[in-house]
Amino acid sequence: MDELIIAGRRFKSRLLVGTGKFSSNQAMLEAMEASGSDIVTVALRRVDIDNPEDYMLKHIDRSKYLLLPNTSGARDCEEAVRLARLARAAGCEPWIKLEVTPDPYYLLPDPIETYKAAQILIKDGFTVLPYINADPILAKHLQEIGCATVMPLGAPIGTNKGVKTRDNIAIIIEQAHVPVVVDAGLGAPSHAAEAMEMGADAVLVNTALAVSPHPGMMAAAFRKGVEAGREAFLAGLGKQRKFAEASSPLTGFLRDDK
Amino acid sequence: MQIHLNGKPREIPTATTISSLLLELNLGNAAVAVELNGEILPKEKFSQTLLNDMDRVEMVQFVGGG
Repeated sequence: MDELIIAGRRFKSRLLVGTGKFSSNQAMLEAMEASGSDIVTVALRRVDIDNPEDYMLKHIDRSKYLLLPNTSGARDCEEAVRLARLARAAGCEPWIKLEVTPDPYYLLPDPIETYKAAQILIKDGFTVLPYINADPILAKHLQEIGCATVMPLGAPIGTNKGVKTRDNIAIIIEQAHVPVVVDAGLGAPSHAAEAMEMGADAVLVNTALAVSPHPGMMAAAFRKGVEAGREAFLAGLGKQRKFAEASSPLTGFLRDDK
Repeated sequence: MQIHLNGKPREIPTATTISSLLLELNLGNAAVAVELNGEILPKEKFSQTLLNDMDRVEMVQFVGGG
C-alpha cells in the first residue's frame, strides 16, 4: 500500500487538513471526515476566561486523527519553542508544525528563527515539521539537523493562489530524503493535484475547505485531487515536447509521401 | 488573595490549587496547559500546586488552526 511515512509513522492519507476558520465545529468535522485525512492541525490560544469557547478538541476522535499542533502566532524562535512546549504540556504528542511568521501581511516564515527553533525542539525530543518558504538550501539544512519533513509553501497562507513556487519546490523534492509536504496557498483540488504530480509526498489544506459553503464536498474534491496527482506521479507523466507527436498512425494511403 | 490569570486580576480563596481553579472555570476536562510564573507546570502537579498571592497564571488551550 502506498503510505505516507513521517518519522517512522505510517499514514494512509496524503492530505493533511487544518481546522481553522470553519464556520462551526460541525463544518470542520464534515471536512475532516470527507478528506480522509489522518493528520489534522490545531493551534494554541489563551483561554478566554470570561467567554470560554466550545472546547473544540472534545469533538475530535483522537484515535482516528493525529493532532498536529502548530506554533502559529509565534514571531521568533523563543515564542515558537514556548508554544511547542505548551502544546506538549496540554497533552499532545510531541509532534509540532513549526511556523514562525513575523510578517503580518504575507505571513511568510522567518528562515533563521525557524532554523534556530527547529534545533532546540529536536534536541528536546520533538518531531519537527517546519513550515518554510520554498527555499531548497534551507530545506536541506533543516533535513540535515533532523526535521521529520519540510513544508514549503505554494503561496502565502490563505491566498488560494496555487503552486506559485513550483520550480523551487521541484528542486526541494529532488533533494529531499524526508517527506515534502506542500503547505499553504492551495486553493483548488487542481493545485493539490499539481503538487502531487510533481512528486510532493503530501499537501496540507485549510482555508480552501473552511471558506467553501460546502466544506465536506470541497474536502472530498481535494481528496480526489491528491489521489489523482499521486497516482499520476507513480504512473509516470509523459515528457513535454515542442512539436506534436501523432497519437494515431499516419501511414499514408491517402497520398504518396515523397 | 489575588492572582493574575491570563493577564487579568482575579480574587481567589486561599488554599486554591491549579486543579480547583480549573474546575471553577469549567475547564476540568479540557486539554489545558498552564504556566505558573512563566514556567510550564506539568499536569501531574496541578492537584498539589497551591496558588500564592500575586502569582501569574497563563492557561492556554487548543483552537482551530492550519
